[in-house]
Amino acid sequence: MLSVPTLRRVAILGGSRIPFARSNTAYADLSNQDMLSAAIQGLVDRFGLHGERLGEVAAGAVLKHARDINLTRESVLSTTLSHDTPAYDVQQACGTGLETAILVANKIALGQIDVGIAGGVDTTSDAPVALNEQFRKALMRANRGRTTIAKLRALSAIRPGMVFKPELPRNAEVRTGLSMGAHCELMAKRWNIGQQDQDALTVASHRNLASAYDRGQFNDLVIPFRGLTRDNNLRPDISLDKISKMKPVFDRQHGTLTAANSTPLTDGAAVVLLASEEWARAHDLPVLAYLRTGETAAVDFVDGDEGLLMAPAFAVPRMLAKAGLALQDFDFYEIHEAFAAQVLCTLKAWEDETYVRERLHLDTPPGAIDRARLNVNGGSLATGHPFAATGGRILASLAKMIDQRGSGRGLISICAAGGQGVVAIVEK
Amino acid sequence: MRSADQYLSFTNSGFGKWVTGSLGLPQPVQLARRQAGKPDLRQPVLMGTGAGGRLTEPLAALFRSANLVSLYHSENDVWREAARRHEIMTARYTAETSGKVGALLFDATGIEDAIGLESLYRFFHETVRSVGTNGRIVVFGTTPEDAGSTEAAAIQRGLEGFTRSLGKELHRAIAVQLVYVRPGAEAAIESTTRFFLSSGAAYVSGQVVRIAKPVAKAVEYDPGKPQAGRTVLVTGASRGIGAAIADLFARDGAHVVALDIPPAAAELDAIAERLGGSALPLDITAPDAAEAILSDAKRRGGYDVVVHNAGITRDKTIAKMDAGRWDSVMDVNLFAPLRITEALLSGGGLRKNGRVVCVSSLSGIAGNMGQTNYALSKAGLIGAVQRLAPEAAKSGITINAVAPGFIETQMTAAIPFAIREAGRRMNAMSQGGLPIDVAEAIGWFASPGSGGVNGQTVRVCGQSLLGA
Repeated sequence: MLSVPTLRRVAILGGSRIPFARSNTAYADLSNQDMLSAAIQGLVDRFGLHGERLGEVAAGAVLKHARDINLTRESVLSTTLSHDTPAYDVQQACGTGLETAILVANKIALGQIDVGIAGGVDTTSDAPVALNEQFRKALMRANRGRTTIAKLRALSAIRPGMVFKPELPRNAEVRTGLSMGAHCELMAKRWNIGQQDQDALTVASHRNLASAYDRGQFNDLVIPFRGLTRDNNLRPDISLDKISKMKPVFDRQHGTLTAANSTPLTDGAAVVLLASEEWARAHDLPVLAYLRTGETAAVDFVDGDEGLLMAPAFAVPRMLAKAGLALQDFDFYEIHEAFAAQVLCTLKAWEDETYVRERLHLDTPPGAIDRARLNVNGGSLATGHPFAATGGRILASLAKMIDQRGSGRGLISICAAGGQGVVAIVEK
Repeated sequence: MRSADQYLSFTNSGFGKWVTGSLGLPQPVQLARRQAGKPDLRQPVLMGTGAGGRLTEPLAALFRSANLVSLYHSENDVWREAARRHEIMTARYTAETSGKVGALLFDATGIEDAIGLESLYRFFHETVRSVGTNGRIVVFGTTPEDAGSTEAAAIQRGLEGFTRSLGKELHRAIAVQLVYVRPGAEAAIESTTRFFLSSGAAYVSGQVVRIAKPVAKAVEYDPGKPQAGRTVLVTGASRGIGAAIADLFARDGAHVVALDIPPAAAELDAIAERLGGSALPLDITAPDAAEAILSDAKRRGGYDVVVHNAGITRDKTIAKMDAGRWDSVMDVNLFAPLRITEALLSGGGLRKNGRVVCVSSLSGIAGNMGQTNYALSKAGLIGAVQRLAPEAAKSGITINAVAPGFIETQMTAAIPFAIREAGRRMNAMSQGGLPIDVAEAIGWFASPGSGGVNGQTVRVCGQSLLGA
């Protein structure tokens, strides 16, 4: 599959995202395509890519309408990129954004393409509401009927009540029926993570994000959109006092996960521009950092007793072993805060000798990280988390941080539904 | 501050909005004024740049330092590039995706011909509907006398008609200004641009301001506390607009010297104590007043700002006016400020980068029945400002005037109902201003960054229909 004499480094040149908005607020009437198009157009405007034919654009959404079969390609056609740019959709739950970047990067590394855009979008305000399943089946049967009588017989199964009981998308695991929050609540109990620690991480997330905005850190990463100039989930005046009084939402009796220390449903889109070094040079665009490698893992949370969101705990040590790095060899740790508890469980797992030996099959635990390097410009708890958009947000933001530092290395870790986890290393 | 304007409160209630809408009555919008902890500058700012605009760099520097978010009109590659260089958050404007914008800025300084002028038309034609309630619009032009040709001068002068008409077309408390920038004065636009984008300019609209090279070398200052470390004399500080001015300077970090007539000494002491300032009870018409003020100034190492706010009305039509009414108004409103300014300027009572601000009046511009005396005194201040400006500039000092229109004070509360209502509504904002609105404009003149604004009179009148 190698299309050039040797493998090439993959440069991250920049990113573009719209401010993230809590569900049913600023973007309530927008579609995934509206938001993804805006994010891509922002990137095109920023890097002067009008009329350019890129190798490919890959993006995706977790919640999609049936009509969005070609969401990314349709979005490309709504921008001023050359309409000769091919595109495809990817879907790997919350890992979508980062997985997409890994796919595009692989093609660049292999020389199949020189430049591409990767990213994702999601809306829970414009979620696909499907027909009632029995209603839908009756319609399909009628469609299959060869005679009028057969068609009528099939349609006679339709009851008025079906119209009022549509099939709603659920934020729940198909196989366990538990919501993601309920799963994470189980993890928090298994790892004995208290609410206070979760709340402290939440406060840090909001404070870090607010201060990053105040410094203008995101000025070349975020584009104003629909009247928003910052993520509207951000609470700069958050305090431990205020959120520690909040009641648990997933286990009302004995739980520790609250609305503050869990990410809210969010709408938004984020994309990243990836290219070979030659392409970047030819277009006179500076390289922020390089996407060195990625890894994806999955855990058996159904039959096994592993936590739903623990896959990154497996993916990271596997990736580090291949890259010949230790967990402490990083200047920045970008761990997606699906829930504060998810981050804390993962960190604790890496320090637990028994767990590491029995589950990760490693002799020595990866160990602790320097917490001062964790999500230094805020995380998903403050920013919000439009599922497929999070990977693009983190990747571009981390590349810029490394560029500002002059050199360095950053770790990305993103947990995803279905017991999956996508992780990557960015460095310069 | 609670407004005395009950009609304004009524139209902003659900029922009142329906009633006044159905009857086709004016529907004033509650003006958004400065509030601690609330964002002050309107954003995102949608940028338009005419061909050859000179202000891209200084505006970009301001956007970066104030961390303002911008949008650019699709034709404006100049701003797109500048925003990238200066790391300003920006995006292409489209009516569908951008949402409401806080302000429109258009750099028309380089427009010299009909083709260039078309970009002004297109920009406003396509974007003006996107400006949100309490939004701001600023057009920058080149002083017509500095324009390169007759056509260019005509176009630049024509911008006055454009912005004034725009102010009257837009409702929803959108304020529109024209700022003429002399060639070479580009770096001096910051404080004025900030002010016109801010909540402080809520009741200032339809104004034309000229910016020249600053009278003194630029100094660093904190836009959040622009008067920190400065000493400010406010005359007539015990109540009304004067008290609001004193409050504002204290808010902005100044040491306030509050002056009023000795009978008001008790109120004055209270104000000085509340603001952590000093009280200076004296009658400015007394023969030795100028001398006394100068010695107070010297004792404090000089004033940085002097605000001539003290004023009285003694209304009568000229035929019925006795000499006492005439003389007292002249003395308090005109001659005392002249004497004090003269004494401070010649006696070294004002420090470098100092400011003198006179409170004139719309009466002085438009004239008002029964106010021949008052209008003369207030128009006289405008003349004094124009005459003194080049003199003061030599010492690094500016002198300017504000001309308030209908401001809600005890003085206007005493006007009979029908006349008061007319006065309130006859402006683009369909409401009276508050003392703080006048104070905010004075605060802008007095800012250490406003050295390029000299010899000007700016109205605080919600773009009143009266006067030029």
